Amino acid sequence: MNRILLLALFLGFAVPGTAADWPQFRGPNGASVSDEKDLPTTWTKTEGHRWKTALPARGVSGPVVVGNTIYLTASSGKKDDRLHVLAYNFKTGEQLWHRQFAATGGTNCHPMTCMAAPTPVADETGVYALFATGDLAAFDADGTLRWYRSLVGDYPTITNQVGMASSPILADGKLIVPMDNAGESFLAAIDTKTGTNLWKTDRLREINWVTPVTRSVDGRTPEILFPGRDGLSAYDAATGKRVWQLKGLGGDIPTPTVSNGLVYTPSRGLVAMKIEGGQGTEVWKSAKLSSGMSSPVVYDGVVYAASGAGVVNAADAKTGKSLWEERYGQKDKASASPVAGDGKVYVFAEKGLTTVFKAGRTAEILSTNDIGEEILGTPAVSGGAIIIRTDKTLFCIGK
Amino acid sequence: MRRMFWSLVAASALAGPAAAEKPLVADSLAKIKSVGREGQGNEAASAAWKTLVKSGGSALLPTLEAFAGANPTAANWLRSAVDAIVQAEEKVGRKLPAEDLKKFIDTKTNDPAARRIAYELFAKLEKETAGKMIAAMIDDPSLELRRDAIAVHLKEAKSDAKKLAPLFAAARDKDQVEEIAKALKKTEADITSHFGFVERWHVVGPFDSTKGTGFDKAYAPEAGVDLTATYEGKGGAKAAWKAVTAKPDSKGKQYAMVDLNAEQAKHKDAVSYAYAVVSLDKDTLVELRAGSTTSIKIFVNGKPVFARDEYHHGHVMDQHIGHTTLKAGKNELLVKICQNNQTEQWAQNWAFQLRICDATGGAVPFKLLSPEAK
Repeated sequence: MNRILLLALFLGFAVPGTAADWPQFRGPNGASVSDEKDLPTTWTKTEGHRWKTALPARGVSGPVVVGNTIYLTASSGKKDDRLHVLAYNFKTGEQLWHRQFAATGGTNCHPMTCMAAPTPVADETGVYALFATGDLAAFDADGTLRWYRSLVGDYPTITNQVGMASSPILADGKLIVPMDNAGESFLAAIDTKTGTNLWKTDRLREINWVTPVTRSVDGRTPEILFPGRDGLSAYDAATGKRVWQLKGLGGDIPTPTVSNGLVYTPSRGLVAMKIEGGQGTEVWKSAKLSSGMSSPVVYDGVVYAASGAGVVNAADAKTGKSLWEERYGQKDKASASPVAGDGKVYVFAEKGLTTVFKAGRTAEILSTNDIGEEILGTPAVSGGAIIIRTDKTLFCIGK
Repeated sequence: MRRMFWSLVAASALAGPAAAEKPLVADSLAKIKSVGREGQGNEAASAAWKTLVKSGGSALLPTLEAFAGANPTAANWLRSAVDAIVQAEEKVGRKLPAEDLKKFIDTKTNDPAARRIAYELFAKLEKETAGKMIAAMIDDPSLELRRDAIAVHLKEAKSDAKKLAPLFAAARDKDQVEEIAKALKKTEADITSHFGFVERWHVVGPFDSTKGTGFDKAYAPEAGVDLTATYEGKGGAKAAWKAVTAKPDSKGKQYAMVDLNAEQAKHKDAVSYAYAVVSLDKDTLVELRAGSTTSIKIFVNGKPVFARDEYHHGHVMDQHIGHTTLKAGKNELLVKICQNNQTEQWAQNWAFQLRICDATGGAVPFKLLSPEAK
C-alpha cells in the first residue's frame, strides 16, 4: 500500500485506487485518464493480447481493476434476470470466482442495454456491484458476500423500463448509489461494511443515466456532482445535503469531468464551468462537443468528444476553441466512453473498431483495431494494458 | 455420567462432521432468512453466510431447501452461498452429492428457483441423466426448466400436431407459444385465450390529469362503478361508459389491446378507466399481468393491487404484475390508465392489455360477465 493510499484512508477520502488501478466507471474519479505508460497501439481479434477469456453472459458495464483482480458484471436468461458478478486474475485471465443473483427488480429495457449496465466500483477490500434491477451487493476480494440488498424490495416504486445504467462510486469512505428513475429517486450513501443507509437524499423522479463524480473543495470532504434533468447538483459527501444546484445545466446520459479546476458538463454540447461557493461561471460552451451516449475526456489540455455521428471533436480545454475533427468509425457510433493515456486517446465504436488517436492539437490516427465483437462498456486501463469487455469476451490487450 | 459423555463423543464422531455442523447450518440459514428492508439483519447474515460456506458440501442441500419461504432478498443471499459452496468443493476435488441433488429436483414442491440451480449442478455431474430428466419437465413449476424442456421437444416435434399440442398447452413464454402456434396454425384468438387475456371491457374517460395529477386523484369510478352513470370529464365534457372489445395492436405483436386513442380519441394529460367483471369457481391466488406504456393502476373489488407511475418507456406483455386473490363468484376489475403530455411521435400510444394467470403465467379459468351489467 503506498503512502498516498494510506494518507487517503487516514483522512477518510475517497479511495480512487493506486496509479495502476481502474476502480470505477471511467477510472479514477471518472476522468477516463490513466497515468500508465507503454499502452498498446495495435491489436486484432487474435493478436496483440496478453490473454482473452470467454464470458458467461453479456454486459454493457465496464471492467474495473484493483491490484491483481479484474471485476466484472453480466446478466443472462430469457428475461435477463440472472445477474452475475465475476472476478478474474489480471495477470492470467483465470476466473477467480463467480457469484449469481436472481433479479428482484424489473428487467424490461431497450434492447441495446441489459441488466448489467452499471459498472461496479472496487477498492482494496473488494467490489460493489449494482445492477439495473436495483440489486446491489458487496463482495470481499475473495468472493465472500459482505452484504446484499434489493433496492426495489426496499423502495418498490423504483422503475426505469428503458434500463438503468448509472454506476455507483466510492467517496468519503462511503458507497454512493445514484438511483434516478421514474419512481422513488435518490442519491444514497451506503455503509461499505454493512450495506445500511448512511444518508439518502431525494432526487427528481426522472430517468437519468449519468454517473456522479467528485471534487474536493476544502481538501477534505468531497462534493458529489450529479447532473440530472433539474440541473447540476452538488452534495456534501458527509451528510448528503445538497450544497448547490445550477439549473439548466446537465443532460441525462454522458458524465461530467472535473479537471484543472473546471467542471466539464455535457449539456446540449459541453459546458466548462468554474464553480466557487455554489456559483457557477461559464468559461465556455460548445454545441459541437456533443457526445451522444459516451462521455468526453479531458487530457493534456484538450477535450475529446466522440459524437453519435461517428466523429471525434477535439477542442482546447481552457477556451473551448475547436482544434480538429476526425471520423472514428465507418457508419458506427460509440456507446463506450473514450479513454486516454500514454499520449493516446482510444475511441471505441460499437461494432468493435477502436481508433487510436495521437493526443494533441492536430488530428493524427495512430491505428485502427477491429476486435470483431460488440464493445459497449467503457474499457479499463491498468498494468500497461487495455481491458476490453465485449458482448462475449474479456480481452487483456497489451504486450 | 462419564460413560454418557464418551458415548455422545463416539456417536458424534461416527455421525461425522456433517452431523456436528447441522445446528450451525440451521442457525446460519435462519439468520440469513431474517434479512429485511434497507440492510436490516445484514451484519448477522454476513457472519452466517461465512459459516454456511465454511460448512462445505454438507450445507449445500440445506441451503437449497432454505429457498422455500425465503423473501427475495434472503433468496439471493442463499443463491450466492450455493455458488461459493460449490466453488470451494470443486476446488478441493470433492464431488457434489448427485443423488441428493436429483431427489431435490424430483421433488416438485421444492422452490422452483432452487430446483433450477440444483438441476444445473446435477447436469454438470450426470449429463445424460439430466438430459432425460429435462425431457419430462414440460409442465414444470420452474419456468426455466419448463422452457428448456419445451425447447428439447420442439426440435423433435417439427410439424407433428400430436406432439405439438401438449407443448402449446404447457408453453408460457411468448416466443415459444407463438412458435408452436404457428406450427399448429392456431389463430390469434387461440393465443389470446391461451394467455388468459380479458377481451371485453367498459371504458370511460377522459378525466383531467394536468401535470400528472390524475394518477393520484381518485375519480368517481374508484368509489364504485355504475355503468349507467355519466361523469364530468376533462374540460367539462360528459363522460359515459362504453363497451369495447380488445384487439391485437396494428403491428400484430400484442394481444387483446384496449386502444384508448381509438376508443376515446387522442387525449393528453388524461385519465381513463376500464372495467370488467369476471367470475371464478373458487378462491384463487392469481397474478394480474398487464402491459401499458403509460401509468397504470389496477383495482380488484375496490382495492388497489398494483400501481406504476411511468410514461412511454416501452410496452411489453406482462411488464406489470399485481398479486391478489380472486374470490369464488364475481370479481370487479378496474384499470386506471393515465396519459401525459409528451408530444414525440413515439409518445402517442395510450393503450393497455391485461390477463389473469397463475404464478407460471398459465391462464386461470374465468368467466367474463361484462359487458352485461354487473
